[in-house]
Amino acid sequence: MNWEFIIKYLPLYQRAAILTVKIGVIGIVFAVLVGLVCAAVQYYKIPVARQITAVYIELSRNTPLLVQLFFLYYGFPKIGVRLSAEVCGVVGLAFLGGSYMAEAFRSGLEAVDDVQKESAFSLGLNSRQILGYVILPQALSTSVPALVANIIFLLKETSVFSAISLMDLMFTAKDLIGLYYKTTESLFLLVVFYLLILLPVSIVGTLLERRLRYAGFGD
Amino acid sequence: MAEPILEIEQLIKEYGQNRVLDGVNLTVHKGEVIVIVGPSGCGKSTLLRCINALEDIQGGIIRLHGEEIQKGSASSQKLRQKIGMVFQSYDLFPHLTVLDNITLAPVKVQKRKKEDAAKEAMELLTRIGLADKANSYPRQLSGGQKQRVAIVRALCMHPEILLFDEVTAALDPEMVREVLDVMLDLARQGKTMLIVTHEMSFARAVADRVIFLDQGNIVEEAKPEEFFEHPKTERAQKFLHVFSFDQVKKQEEGNCSEQSESHL
Amino acid sequence: MPDLGIEVLFKGTNMLRLLQGLWVAMRISLISIAVSIPLGIIVGALMTVKNMAVKAVSKVYLEVIRIMPQLVLLFLVYFGTTRAMGINLSGELASIIVFVLWGTAEMGDLVRGALISIPKHQYESSQALGLTKSQTYLYIIIPQTLRRLLPLSINLITRMIKTTSLVLMIGVVEMLKVAQQIIEANRMSSPNAAFGVFLVVFVLYFLACWPISMLARYLEKKWS
Repeated sequence: MNWEFIIKYLPLYQRAAILTVKIGVIGIVFAVLVGLVCAAVQYYKIPVARQITAVYIELSRNTPLLVQLFFLYYGFPKIGVRLSAEVCGVVGLAFLGGSYMAEAFRSGLEAVDDVQKESAFSLGLNSRQILGYVILPQALSTSVPALVANIIFLLKETSVFSAISLMDLMFTAKDLIGLYYKTTESLFLLVVFYLLILLPVSIVGTLLERRLRYAGFGD
Repeated sequence: MAEPILEIEQLIKEYGQNRVLDGVNLTVHKGEVIVIVGPSGCGKSTLLRCINALEDIQGGIIRLHGEEIQKGSASSQKLRQKIGMVFQSYDLFPHLTVLDNITLAPVKVQKRKKEDAAKEAMELLTRIGLADKANSYPRQLSGGQKQRVAIVRALCMHPEILLFDEVTAALDPEMVREVLDVMLDLARQGKTMLIVTHEMSFARAVADRVIFLDQGNIVEEAKPEEFFEHPKTERAQKFLHVFSFDQVKKQEEGNCSEQSESHL
Repeated sequence: MPDLGIEVLFKGTNMLRLLQGLWVAMRISLISIAVSIPLGIIVGALMTVKNMAVKAVSKVYLEVIRIMPQLVLLFLVYFGTTRAMGINLSGELASIIVFVLWGTAEMGDLVRGALISIPKHQYESSQALGLTKSQTYLYIIIPQTLRRLLPLSINLITRMIKTTSLVLMIGVVEMLKVAQQIIEANRMSSPNAAFGVFLVVFVLYFLACWPISMLARYLEKKWS
């Protein structure tokens, strides 16, 4: 292992990691928003929007992110929609992640027993209060494990961004392997940086899940 | 007789083709305790759910103090606050402590001060012997404790009438008593209550009036002594016979200490 | 109607080549899943044994594989072996190795989940009926486990197929690569081909995965 090489190119990886995290986080935030909207549309059974949501979810879940990105990045400019690689990354992640987040929220909402709504109802709470004080707190806490799993899944998916020439970790590693043949060092840095990004999320997720399950209020 | 609180006229409830309530008439007066009995599927629970506007109705009218209750209407929202209901399944909110469960509606719906609501909640909890559980979460309570808290939660809204929908049906036998005792206490205090139950000896002890519901209609209506000793209709006799038969068998087997209803 | 460049696909054998590219992706995922399922069952079963060492080793394997992006694993195996160890793996073989490693870990996790979801009283009541241990597994536990497992493993197939799109990045010529070649070769005659061709790729991936997802959902509903 050539440590000099590692130290020399550390900043390059650092920059790449920041880019990965930045696009990842923004993409995930949008994915959560898309997911919330979709889950709400399905929960309230809003006509038309519900069908559109269903089609979107199928498209999103049954196609790879890489293909979605190619379509966005190389295909869309041909019909006059030109997006930067960063924007494509965010849009792609939100498009892919939205359906997974919707699923997490939906199962959380469905897990809330009907009698919970009815007893809140008979205590005189209106539907807004029932949603805010009774349904959402329970639904969200049930959704947490799935949400964490989705976040890790989406952060991992960011690794394909290099295909649309974003200078992320994969791009940097591939570049260095191509340029200097320092394969071991480049791959070592790649793994270390992905662990630095993913391990904390995974650990926090596990702790959160355990807290909710054991110390929390789950019935 | 005291003033009527709740009036039900010609109530009809259908699920699709299936008519569950077929023209029920019932008047509940202030301070009255009415027990509704009947075979499963006779519409007892549905009747309570209609009164609390959890179900829409296909005919007839339900009035609380002369005001009509209808599912979804804005005035029903107000009226519902005057009706307390306790369900069969433990319906406490699992994400709130016992105290928060009780004070949620008084604070959010009636806009009472949090301290006042909490003070009253603590008094009620003390009365049922659960003051030490105020900061526990529902999952830390036994089934009987949960149901007692659910009753207090309904009480704290100062309802004019309380509906109990088979509140002991899901409980272990040794916990049934503690819940029934709370309800007996409420009856003694003069609360107006409408109770659906399968606990016949309890019904006998608590009721001012027993209503026998069968196939969506009130078949018999009488004082408890009368109903249990000398049921007039054949259907009621048959229904009560099921219970006494059950009893004989158990006595033959020799141990039925938890069942105290020795002669119905 | 703007020129979307779909007509490129009707030139010569272009469409056929694209489908062959899809077949490469499907082949990689089908071979991988066929190997992963039995291996995953073994790993999953190992995770439920009482031996702490066996449990720990399989857990570490599972966690390590599952936390890394599949693309990183592809890089590790492909570049790691060819450049660092001097073994020359073809991109396709490297892909299959990675997908088997990954598929085994995912399958192992599903098997473990299905096994521990069988309540204890199922074992107890089988024994109370006088069934032997192997009879208990054969008639009671395995059928129940399979019902829980089958929809999830079918879902794993679609995840595999979707993930095969990554093998482009280590030089395997699959559908996306063929698409790029077609677009490149027709740059002059149909400058807009990127839209049409990638749209078709998108649709083809969807058509490959969607029926499998539907089957998984159908089985899940039927057996839940």
